[in-house]
Amino acid sequence: MVESIWSPVRLTLELAFVTTLLLLVVGTPIAWWLSRSRAPWKEAVASVVALPLVLPPTVLGFYLLILLGPNGPGGWIAGGFGLPSLAFTFPGLVIGSMVYSLPFMVQPLRNAFDAVGERPLEVAATLRASPWDAFWSVAVPLARPGFLSGIILTFAHTVGEFGVVLMIGGNIPGETKVLSVALFDYVETLQWREAHIIAGGMVVFSFAVILAMSLIERRMSRARG
Amino acid sequence: MSERVGGIVASFAGRLGAFTIDVAFEIPRRGITALFGPSGCGKTTILRCIAGLQRLEGRLQVDGEVWQDSARGIFLPPHKRPIGYVFQEASLFPHLSVRENLLYGARRSGTRSDGGRGFDDVVELLRLDALLERSPGTLSGGQRSRVAIGRALLSRPRLLLMDEPLTGLDLRAKEEILPYLAMLHREFSIPIVYVSHEIAEVAQLADHMLVVSDGKLVASGPTAATLERLDLGSVVDRFEAGVVLTCRVVEQLSAFRATRLDHRGQNLVVPEIQVPIGTEVRLRVRAREVSIATRGRKASASAMLWRAPFPKSSRSRTRLTQRCWSMSVGRSCARGSRVSPCTISG
Repeated sequence: MVESIWSPVRLTLELAFVTTLLLLVVGTPIAWWLSRSRAPWKEAVASVVALPLVLPPTVLGFYLLILLGPNGPGGWIAGGFGLPSLAFTFPGLVIGSMVYSLPFMVQPLRNAFDAVGERPLEVAATLRASPWDAFWSVAVPLARPGFLSGIILTFAHTVGEFGVVLMIGGNIPGETKVLSVALFDYVETLQWREAHIIAGGMVVFSFAVILAMSLIERRMSRARG
Repeated sequence: MSERVGGIVASFAGRLGAFTIDVAFEIPRRGITALFGPSGCGKTTILRCIAGLQRLEGRLQVDGEVWQDSARGIFLPPHKRPIGYVFQEASLFPHLSVRENLLYGARRSGTRSDGGRGFDDVVELLRLDALLERSPGTLSGGQRSRVAIGRALLSRPRLLLMDEPLTGLDLRAKEEILPYLAMLHREFSIPIVYVSHEIAEVAQLADHMLVVSDGKLVASGPTAATLERLDLGSVVDRFEAGVVLTCRVVEQLSAFRATRLDHRGQNLVVPEIQVPIGTEVRLRVRAREVSIATRGRKASASAMLWRAPFPKSSRSRTRLTQRCWSMSVGRSCARGSRVSPCTISG
């Protein structure tokens, strides 16, 4: 019994960790561009990034299924690795989670970069720092609160996702069976004890995340003031 | 003219929203040049163009090097220009200590091979040693300005640009910074371009000035000559016209809390200035503060100087165009501060 709960827990943490890490890499340049660009279609891009906030996860999952399936570009890429499709695999799940959690990484980062403003980077430029250098030595440290909230929110959100996983991941133990799906399974099969453990654990986890967030925010604003 | 080797030769033109800038000017290789004009006249924009932070069409040549030439598609990005820039707010990096702020530019501008000022020299000169480990958030306005100036100096600039570094500072902080600014161009032979809308600051610091109004250059020349002009009414209040006299401190009359100055053989007594004898000070006398005594020397016995109840007022005299003028000065008078007149009757 313990093993049957532990496997989805481990898988969920693995998925959240990988997703957060990759989103950090992908989301940072997007957030930076959204914060600095003066392109007129910038807000259109921002809206696309924010779409997962309002779309039902099943809609997202449906399109992802088509994209990742054997006849989509995902399937074509998977073919290169000798797989029939990316759907119902762990890498497919990671891609789906990244799309689904993208706004949770990009939005806090963009806000933080906006808050940094133009001036510190101008100062850095007059002190001989190239734009790349100034980004790492000034913008990133000053946007630290944004990075922290982005990381925490993305991680937590990925842990809690259900609809997208169900659509593109299915329910393969050890491969795509994450906590939320496992919980659904236990309820379906009337295993209340296990369901309680997972549900209760999620409540405690979510509470801890929100508490950590507000504590960090308070410490940051005090440090700045 | 543009082939001259020293100094800055610049021309910028362009629109920023509804605002148009169109200027062409030269700045000498030595000394402090003030970019003077009312708020919103475009002087900060001009400074930002020199730094490369703002890009307008134009041309900029510094010491014979072309930094910008729009016609030839040349634009040196700001981080490749050997400038120091002191922003209006000190703009220190809040995530770094004072020491790290100072070293930020120093580390990125090469080592001491060029024989420039070292870290310790700048720290000593600006008296920053006690502040080094502190966070910028805990500094006073004047301290922050000093750190910002030190940080700019340590990036080994060939040109120092200052955008109203004294604005937003209270009187005490200003008094704290001013001597350092005056010292900068003595200690470092770096030309300084100094943006200001305070005529007193300009009179005190600048050797040369450019007067800007509404995006256009309306006058330029040596500070003293430019401040004497009465035709700059649109920029400078007509009543602000006056002369700047470079005087030398010759005697401290401590019994009277006064200081005797010498201006080309003329004696001037002003309320005490606490500087060593021999120091050069600038005295600004506004035209409206001078009254001409038509009866010549009769009216201006030097005895009057001492008869007046000191330190309420003091009288001093000098000669301008064969006539006497007298003035009384208030109690607290710092270098460069305004001096008020008193008419001699009878």
